[in-house]
Amino acid sequence: MSIIEKEMTDLHREAWRTFKPGKWMTYVDTKNFIDENITPYTGNEQFLVGATTATQELWKIVSQLSKEERERGGVWDVDVNTPGSITSHHAGYLDKTKEQIVGVQTDEPFKRLIQPYGGIRMVIDACKAYGFEVPQSIIDIFTNIRKTHNQGVFDAYTPEIRAARKSGIVTGLPDAYGRGRIIGDYRRVALYGVDFLMKQKQHEHNETVGEGMDEATIRLREEISEQYRALGELKQMANMHEIDISQPATTAKEAFQWVYFGYLAAVKEQNGAAMSLGRVSSFLDIYIQRDLAEGTLTEEQAQELVDHFVMKLRIVKFLRTPDYNELFSGDPTWVTESIGGMAEDGTTRVTQNSFRFLHTLYNLGPAPEPNLTVLWSEQMPDAFKKYCAKVSIETSSIQYENDDLMRPIYGDDYGIACCVSAMRIGKQMQFFGARANLAKTLLYAINGGKDEKSGEQIGPEFPAITSEYLDYDEVMQRYTPMMEWLSEVYLNALNIIHYMHDKYSYERIEMALHDRDILRTMACGIAGLSVAADSLSAIKYAKVKPIRNEQGIAVDFEIEGDYPCYGNNDDRVDQIAVQLVEDFMGMIRKHKTYRDSVATQSVLTITSNVVYGKKTGNTPDGRKAGEPFAPGANPMHGRDKKGALASLSSVAKLPYEQSLDGISNTFSIVPKALGKEEDTRKSNLVAMLDGYFGSHGHHLNVNVFDREQLMDAMDHPENYPQLTIRVSGYAVNFIKLTREQQLDVIHRTFHSNM
Amino acid sequence: MSRKGRIHSLETFGTVDGPGIRFVLFMQGCLMKCKYCHNPDTWHFDGGREVTVEEVLAEIEPYIHYYRSSGGGLTISGGEPTLQAGFVTEVFREVKARWGLHTTLDSNGFNNAEKLHELMDVTDLVLLDLKHIDDHEHRVLTGVSNEQTLHTAKWLSEHGKKMWVRHVFVPGIHDDENHLRNLGKFIGTLHGVEKFEILPYHQMGIYKWKELGRAYPLENVPSPTEQQVEWAYRMVESGRLVANLQ
Repeated sequence: MSIIEKEMTDLHREAWRTFKPGKWMTYVDTKNFIDENITPYTGNEQFLVGATTATQELWKIVSQLSKEERERGGVWDVDVNTPGSITSHHAGYLDKTKEQIVGVQTDEPFKRLIQPYGGIRMVIDACKAYGFEVPQSIIDIFTNIRKTHNQGVFDAYTPEIRAARKSGIVTGLPDAYGRGRIIGDYRRVALYGVDFLMKQKQHEHNETVGEGMDEATIRLREEISEQYRALGELKQMANMHEIDISQPATTAKEAFQWVYFGYLAAVKEQNGAAMSLGRVSSFLDIYIQRDLAEGTLTEEQAQELVDHFVMKLRIVKFLRTPDYNELFSGDPTWVTESIGGMAEDGTTRVTQNSFRFLHTLYNLGPAPEPNLTVLWSEQMPDAFKKYCAKVSIETSSIQYENDDLMRPIYGDDYGIACCVSAMRIGKQMQFFGARANLAKTLLYAINGGKDEKSGEQIGPEFPAITSEYLDYDEVMQRYTPMMEWLSEVYLNALNIIHYMHDKYSYERIEMALHDRDILRTMACGIAGLSVAADSLSAIKYAKVKPIRNEQGIAVDFEIEGDYPCYGNNDDRVDQIAVQLVEDFMGMIRKHKTYRDSVATQSVLTITSNVVYGKKTGNTPDGRKAGEPFAPGANPMHGRDKKGALASLSSVAKLPYEQSLDGISNTFSIVPKALGKEEDTRKSNLVAMLDGYFGSHGHHLNVNVFDREQLMDAMDHPENYPQLTIRVSGYAVNFIKLTREQQLDVIHRTFHSNM
Repeated sequence: MSRKGRIHSLETFGTVDGPGIRFVLFMQGCLMKCKYCHNPDTWHFDGGREVTVEEVLAEIEPYIHYYRSSGGGLTISGGEPTLQAGFVTEVFREVKARWGLHTTLDSNGFNNAEKLHELMDVTDLVLLDLKHIDDHEHRVLTGVSNEQTLHTAKWLSEHGKKMWVRHVFVPGIHDDENHLRNLGKFIGTLHGVEKFEILPYHQMGIYKWKELGRAYPLENVPSPTEQQVEWAYRMVESGRLVANLQ
């Protein structure tokens, strides 16, 4: 007999009234619940309503706090005395009388937590940078008594890893902060209530006894105990708001609140690089539909729930150092919500709530968070596609990912973590691995492992290339083993990082909302793909003459003649990019991974393309030292000369099967270049998305605006508090970018044929 | 398919030169020397590069599904495409035969329409750029008379061809009320005009004049305001109305 049948209470019967039964009643199975109960929606946006007075007043409070936060240098307040945990802070409110959905990370909105389990150093530095001071007693605890993830990692790092990290051939490793990119199935809290989930964990714990006490079993037992405890704390946290979530949600309002509490517990305890939400909108629509049918909810109230829920997601705050923000600009949290897509049975996952979530961009204005991600399928209802296009054109706040490409791999209940990382919700997690710099690696290959900036020997000491002109075959002969070396150092670092993260900063509540046995991936990544591909193309099709310094290191390159550039749908160079992706993935796969995770990789830089560029010298493609790389899998700015479709086609060639953690492409176009009339712009954008995804492109950020508007925003940030733009894989508030990043965005290719 | 043409450049995602998403091929060479031209680098007949019909088709082929699904197609612009009519005809004929693409010709009409009937047979839509309705002003602006262009317009009208008449609006050159009304009157006499578009003058081509070492004749001329453009539309429309009443 299943646990549910044993434990089925009257409260469950009440909460599940009118729902279509299924195996979801017997086992934890959110997907089955959705399959049985979803109401697909094929209509248009006519039913949507504006913001209620309460919503407008609450948003005014948020806007005022945001303004104060900017005026205070980026951080409104920090509670330096109380390390964050699920129950560390009492309830906080924007305005208790008006909020439909309650709860913020501390006892006041915008007040940030310290979350030292990832590393105390980062907390101290971040506080200092914003004019706060961590009490010595807390520093002592997290230095002498309670070890942090960061300390664990550095205890185990090898000198080789340290050198590679310092030179910037690998960057952004989550070794001093939370790794993130784990999505709890927060929907379970609403569907089952916490008591049931705790019993389930108890059951799982009991089931591990027979396995023999090897290291894996001991670890699993400890983890399940932690998960169980975290669920208990989740209930307590809700109680602090005078809400009991031990039983399932009975109304739409409760369902939103229960889901949000699950998520809130996670962001109170973990300062993960990306704290994504999953795929909650169409799940929550089921509760709204029921309340609408029962006459207990109006469309105004339904939209208000969505608006208030989204408002809370927008004000999730983490304390991070300015360094970190330089890498990942603009204070991002990656509260990624996956919207739409298709079910495996051919029906759509688009519901009215898919519209309502996008509609928050009007009711509350554009914003970078939550990171609204439409899972695009050619089969999605036309009206929804057109609405997405409209929202993109008017707000530049949506990203698109190819559901037709991902569904066969991940099924129909996956979500996107961070920017482009797909995972089955509650059944899969990843070990986030930042990225390795393939452009710099090429310079190491040319220079025998010596760093082109410091002159130090970082890579293995191969003979440097000494010929007057670079020979393609000779370069490739050196490049391949140098990439092999890099993959090894890189994987070693990641294995250490994730071992220590599990040990010292385990994500208790997020993992409590997973199945016991899950798939883990080791999510590696590459940066500088277009620079490396163009450099090799230049070496192959033009003549490239290295200029060497007195140490013999090639510090600059003279290019004689033209060469085909990535981004023009020219196979001569595009296949070089494809080959690099395939080769590096093959190298990654050779290594042993922590917890037998499945190795994957992404072609994604987030905004670190700027920092990577800074750390990389002149490259053989003609890029100057310090110049930013193109973001993600984008062609280098200004080198795509045949227009948008040629550029998209080059990127679409990169094989998703060899880059299952995602391939990011950021597309910027001026409004007029999409067409003259509003309706034409929408249908052209829909056709473009259908075409790109039909040719197996994975991801597309869509920005629609004029360069002049951005330049004006640089000079008058006060006039653009909500100007949102898409960078690789997520959105940022433009005025929060560093000046360098703003210039990088402005210099990128704007498709503007007129 | 070995016939060769001289092209300036190509754009895979054109959305303003005809319906839907379009492949836009810019031909090299033009006989008009419009003062506002934003592509003066397309004027010279020995610029650009030579390509075969087959090479052009290979550039188009990867994107056919975009053009089809958006109701778009192929636009050949320039330069002046009718000056390489044989090549353009062959490209149009082939994209129709192979992929059933919609074809659009973006022309200034400064060519003998009677001699272009083979090209017109494979052209679904003509974007006819009427630079100025007043012959004297036309000569000042482009260096040639508008007689031939007006003749082409009438020929297209008489032969049942669909066209979009387009008119760049430059402040100081096109803001005479009578001229705009006359333009409207002329258009009003034509059949097959699906659309009339005013293209507001912009300065984005200035850098090309500088690169070519030419003095830019419209230095310091601003783009028209939205109000000016709206006004011009009204004037042209009132002219069309008069023509239709007559």
